[in-house]
Amino acid sequence: MTDIREVSVDELRHLVSGRAMTGETMLLNMGPQHPSTHGVLRLLLELDGEIVLNCIPDIGFLHTGIEKNMEAKTYQKAEVMTDRLDYLNPMGNNLVFCMAVEKLVNLDVPPRAQVIRVILAELQRITSHLLWLGTSSLDLAAMSVFLYAMREREMIINIFEMVSGARMMTTYIRPGGLWRDVPEGFDAAVREVLKVLPKRIDEYERLLTSNELFIDRTQHIGVITTEQCKQFGLTGPVIRATGLAYDVRKVRPYSGYEQYEFDIPTQTTGDVYGRYKVRVEEMRQSLRIVQQAMDKLPKGPVLSDNRKFVPPPRAEIGVSMEALIHHFKYWTEGYPAPAEYVYTATESPRGELGVYLEGDGGPKPYRIHYITPSFVNLQAMPIMTRDHFIADVVGIIGSIDIVLGDADR
Amino acid sequence: MNNHLDEAGKAIEERFGATGHRYSGELTLLIGPEHILEAAKILRDEFHFDMLIDATAVDYWPAQEPRFHVVYQLYSFPHNDLLRLRVPLNGNAPHVETVEKIYPGANWKEREIYDMFGIVFDGHSDLRRIIMPADWEGHPLRKDYPLGYEEVQFTFNAGEIDKRKPYVKE
Repeated sequence: MTDIREVSVDELRHLVSGRAMTGETMLLNMGPQHPSTHGVLRLLLELDGEIVLNCIPDIGFLHTGIEKNMEAKTYQKAEVMTDRLDYLNPMGNNLVFCMAVEKLVNLDVPPRAQVIRVILAELQRITSHLLWLGTSSLDLAAMSVFLYAMREREMIINIFEMVSGARMMTTYIRPGGLWRDVPEGFDAAVREVLKVLPKRIDEYERLLTSNELFIDRTQHIGVITTEQCKQFGLTGPVIRATGLAYDVRKVRPYSGYEQYEFDIPTQTTGDVYGRYKVRVEEMRQSLRIVQQAMDKLPKGPVLSDNRKFVPPPRAEIGVSMEALIHHFKYWTEGYPAPAEYVYTATESPRGELGVYLEGDGGPKPYRIHYITPSFVNLQAMPIMTRDHFIADVVGIIGSIDIVLGDADR
Repeated sequence: MNNHLDEAGKAIEERFGATGHRYSGELTLLIGPEHILEAAKILRDEFHFDMLIDATAVDYWPAQEPRFHVVYQLYSFPHNDLLRLRVPLNGNAPHVETVEKIYPGANWKEREIYDMFGIVFDGHSDLRRIIMPADWEGHPLRKDYPLGYEEVQFTFNAGEIDKRKPYVKE
């Protein structure tokens, strides 16, 4: 064991005001075990009474070395790690990784798989927003929304369990398509969600949208402008709440998003309330997309027939020697990808989730980097919290919807 | 392909002697480290690449010289274009100018590169480790940094591997 390291305030001298050095203002440590920092986020706050002068976020408590680990695994095996990044958006993480591999090796995805990908990605967005709605309103002392939101989230999580066998760590979307086709009962389960959820979203809104206590805690709190968002690279609901309709699904459509009709909800206030309104409306838009996707769901295969990059079907392995050999080689050796580099991006519930993937001609990624919205959006904490009450810091953390697994990787 | 991206690429190639590379519709410009600040400024002011989506690095040790490439991913809102800049850096303790003054969001991204690769950004306002603990030794994403794991012992080499294992021996 190494000794505990002494941290001196001198190291942070350039980040706090001169008054902190003389003890005139107070440096307060918030987290990493604080329940309302949504995971292991540590904030060092410089306070003048109850007013926040400076906020210095400290991340890395959940660092698991996923990028380093992925470099040591073949493309198929590396995908399993992606679920663990943003644990509220496993389908989205799988999707962006698969898109990067598909772009690198130039692999096509059959139309049925594309549509199912969209359905699952949108359902995932709803689960993530429901959890966000519950926890962030819990932070603002609205207890009951949490219970309702978790109830509805369970319906969708059950659909994920139905298709992939796992509630959270799905690894269901694979390079070239999907692991396997959706089971019987998928259709009915999704339609049940489509039927139930619109009314429930109205209920949440009745609890919060015009609730005076909620409005007092959220309006004009944590304001950020479009210009600042661009400078700091903030994306997702944060930039949309400032009035700019930037959504990767619209500007650089993937998985056939251009075929669906949906709106990008925006607000102009840029505060916590605006971000709340954007996310609630996004859930409705996601339901619209799922509805259209369910109606047009085509028949056909769900995995590409380019056998260089996808495993042979289970039925063939029993009767064909070549398929058996191929299956063995595929899972033990992997497939080579060219020594090139690509960038793909998707719209995760939190913002632009990108992957920078570089191959080296071998079966393992040479370098893979996840560009994660939580990491980027957290950088705005000092701007958003300046001159606010310390109680509002909690609401602001909730409103940028961070997942520390996503930020620390 | 599209005009705006081509123009931007051509301008940087001509002014700074950068080399372009295209793969799967993405344009990458390889540019010398002494020009990165100027190039970023021109791309932002003249070609409206107003957001830095990402900055990261790649380590090519031991196969390639220069050892590191720093990769910047830029996005232009008005033109909806993506452009990538790659900056090769030599040596084991490389330096490069920070782009924080042009893209303030580079602050944390450059800190992450410093933490993970040990690349120092000159002029950076707050160059501390961001993810690893402040007293950590080494830079985890370098290729010469081992990915710790347990070597599997078989009957024929059990003794040999046992000697290499890091636990305390009697």
